[in-house]
Amino acid sequence: MPAHNPILRSPRRRSVLPGFGMSAAITSLMITALVIVPLAVLALRAASLGPTDFLAAAWTPRARAAYAVSLGASLTAAIISSVCGLLVAWVLVRIDFPGRRLLDALVDVPLALPTAVAGLVYSTLYVERGWLGRYLVPLGIHGAYSWLGIVLVLVFVSLPFAIRVVQPVLESLDRDSEEAARMLGASRVQTFLQVIFPAIFPAVLTGFALALARALGEYGSVVFISGNMPFKTEIAPVLIVSRLEEFAYAEATAIAVVLLGMSVSLLVIVNWLQQRVARNSQ
Amino acid sequence: MSIHVRGISKAFGTFQALDNVSLDVPQGTLLALLGPSGSGKTTLLRIIAGLEWPDSGRIEEDGADITDRHARQREVGFVFQHYALFRHMSVFENIAFGLRVRKTPKPEVEAKVNELLHLVRLDGLGGRKPAQLSGGQRQRVALARALAIRPKILLLDEPFGALDAKVRVELRQWLRQLHDEIGMTSVFVTHDQEEAFELADEVVVMNHGRIEQRGTPDEVFEHPATPFVMDFLGNVNLFHGRVEKGQAFWHGIPIDYPDYPHSQARPARVYLRPHELEIARASADQPDRRAASSAAVAGSLPASVLRIARSGAIARVSCRPDGSDTELHVDLPVETARDMSLQPGERVTITPRKVRVFLPDPEYVI
Amino acid sequence: MPKPTITSANPLTHRLLVAAAVGIVGLLIVVPLASVFAEAFAEGPAAWWRALAHDPDTRHAIWLSLTVAPIAVAMNTVFGIAAAWLVSRFRFPGRSLLITLFDVPFSVSPVVAGLALVLIFGRQGLLGPTLATLGWKVIFSWPGLVLATTFVTLPLVVRELIPVMEAIGPEEELAAVSLGASGWQVFTRVTLPNIRWALLHGIVLANARAMGEFGAVYVVSGHIAGATDTMPLRVEKLFQEYRTPASMAVASVLAGLALVTLVAKFVIERRLEAEARELEAARSLPDTIVGSGTPPDAGPRTSTQGPTA
Repeated sequence: MPAHNPILRSPRRRSVLPGFGMSAAITSLMITALVIVPLAVLALRAASLGPTDFLAAAWTPRARAAYAVSLGASLTAAIISSVCGLLVAWVLVRIDFPGRRLLDALVDVPLALPTAVAGLVYSTLYVERGWLGRYLVPLGIHGAYSWLGIVLVLVFVSLPFAIRVVQPVLESLDRDSEEAARMLGASRVQTFLQVIFPAIFPAVLTGFALALARALGEYGSVVFISGNMPFKTEIAPVLIVSRLEEFAYAEATAIAVVLLGMSVSLLVIVNWLQQRVARNSQ
Repeated sequence: MSIHVRGISKAFGTFQALDNVSLDVPQGTLLALLGPSGSGKTTLLRIIAGLEWPDSGRIEEDGADITDRHARQREVGFVFQHYALFRHMSVFENIAFGLRVRKTPKPEVEAKVNELLHLVRLDGLGGRKPAQLSGGQRQRVALARALAIRPKILLLDEPFGALDAKVRVELRQWLRQLHDEIGMTSVFVTHDQEEAFELADEVVVMNHGRIEQRGTPDEVFEHPATPFVMDFLGNVNLFHGRVEKGQAFWHGIPIDYPDYPHSQARPARVYLRPHELEIARASADQPDRRAASSAAVAGSLPASVLRIARSGAIARVSCRPDGSDTELHVDLPVETARDMSLQPGERVTITPRKVRVFLPDPEYVI
Repeated sequence: MPKPTITSANPLTHRLLVAAAVGIVGLLIVVPLASVFAEAFAEGPAAWWRALAHDPDTRHAIWLSLTVAPIAVAMNTVFGIAAAWLVSRFRFPGRSLLITLFDVPFSVSPVVAGLALVLIFGRQGLLGPTLATLGWKVIFSWPGLVLATTFVTLPLVVRELIPVMEAIGPEEELAAVSLGASGWQVFTRVTLPNIRWALLHGIVLANARAMGEFGAVYVVSGHIAGATDTMPLRVEKLFQEYRTPASMAVASVLAGLALVTLVAKFVIERRLEAEARELEAARSLPDTIVGSGTPPDAGPRTSTQGPTA
């Protein structure tokens, strides 16, 4: 009897379900062409600058100011989104009121509305003669062409992420432990802080991370409302574009790599936090 | 068509699902693969169907090697555990699927599907969606779908597992009839020994990716080959005794055990089935312990009754043998129990009609 | 969405919470949305129509958006189906890394993505000289717009499909294979009907994002009016030219499209929920109704829901 080596018998290696080869080919082609190669080219282009040139391009005072605006506005917006998102999710899940379904549907508007439209509308709303600006500007609140404006549109684009991540977790929350806590005499606030919040905290963090990632990269809406004043209201993506328009590819690339590094490291930090929280709650 | 499994092994990662399994299924047999979950029975069935590839070994049909044949070309009827009916198709389209993908002419498909609907007694339900059927009906649709391609072999994975007890018993009998009518080689997987024994011509008991025993239901039940089979069949009294010089000792009662002629004593496991024990009221002139041990010499064990519970046509008497912490169960027909009218606390003697002794297998741990 | 079980808090707290939620959503979402239409139609429908139809550059932008978005969505659909099939039906080394890669476009700024494309296909880019000799134009032309749009929408279809395909499992497809179906037959007759609503959901989301994408498209387009301006870019250009009413008119079309998307999304999500319930019912295999005599339990079922016991 001949030796029976399964490895050499190619048909055995076939999968029973069809399409492995084809789906693997399409997937790897698209991922390589659209994700891996572009990001690799970006990284290589930045690396080819050498440390000195890279720093000279990426670490100018104007660039540093842009990072600060980007980071500060995005963090502020992500925090506001997380807090508001938790509140809205809570109301949608826990309270029955007329119009609940409509409110739930409206939450998705920022996902479907082009960000350019959002930016345009926000800037017209908050200028002196705008629907909201006419009341706010006299109070000294400038919601257009200001840092506050950037935060406002970033909250708009990132709010659905914060809500939609927390909502299903709130829905699936075990009500028994809450009731047990209540029966043991815990106040409503104590119950929330000690029973509910720890359970939903990982979801809140995930929502925060998604909101932050979205906010850091946002361009379309900000460009309308920020006024794009260097050192004041210029975010990093806007600076990249203006460098590109000056055909300063090297500088644009360097700033892009810093921006990319920022979002990646923030995501890593939040991921790490999430794992810690998950481990502690076990 | 006969099936020959030759030295099949299959591992999933570090888990050895099948370990050099060989099995012959003669033409026309209805064979049950019986075992606990993780014993490899489903993996074996799926390998025969071509739904998994073995790491080594071969599968033959009537002597032809089909190991490398893709599931699509095996022409095996497979009934999935949860039936895997096509949710978006009607019952009719489900059954017709195998014919349609073979480009069978329409009138022929119609005739064949209607014939199958009649065979599985679902006449008139062809237009329903699977979700509109009961579990038993779905099971029969799955069967009709598998039969539509005129398979030479029918494989069923836990065919009754998802059904409730009454439907299960009815469908079992019906499937047996159907098998006898069609006369196809069939293999089904089950973890329910009652199902295996009632339905199958032959039972293969599997454990840890190996075959523990193969035989007719009677053979397996009457002569369990290994402690695992004995335990798996369940409903058994287990005691730890010892073997020595061709005899096993259970509570001092010697039992012939020629398999172990050595003089060195070894611990052994003694199995007694509740219905293979006789119980008698201890005579009044043997009230004390010494008298009881003389009874033991005669092959019976003194014990006291703890309680009596009735379950169906059987009364189960729980006793405690003298000098033991373990309870011993004796099954009696209800009439006998009524006639004896035993009371808790009474003294009895228990005589085994049949005892099975196994030396502990170093690999076998409960 | 499930109906909430009302907590027995005092109604005043409830009212305050609802008021706060309505206030947040109202101020951040409803007021801006309403103002788009109010501003767009401020000078009447005729002016609105004039702004849209009588400006050749705007007309071109609408046409370009309606071309680029479907191509990008089609590419995403093919990718999404292939990728979801790959990771939900096969186990292979590198699988979880691949799943992580699917999400990368979400965490890369669209502007950065556009820049990367410029670095590859631009005049000074990696392939720039080659493309120039061939006479092909990617950057400042529609292929660049398609690539940029495909990149930013890449995760949307696949992310919808993977959980649904994982939940359905491979058994129906295996059954089809064992009944003799070819790969294409398995896909068109079994897989596609099972995932159609999830697929549609992904397509609707991808389309909305594709129509509205700004940053990545802005970078690769060179925003040449009448040539590479899509609708969102046209909104910006008109705004920069201080033609806010015209800008609002284009914006209102995009906002209308967003509302249509939301309605479609709402309808599809209800179908998806219904299908998920059906799947659960199919798994639970109700057997409470048993017909008398043979055949066993052949009696008509009155309920398609789960066990009533």
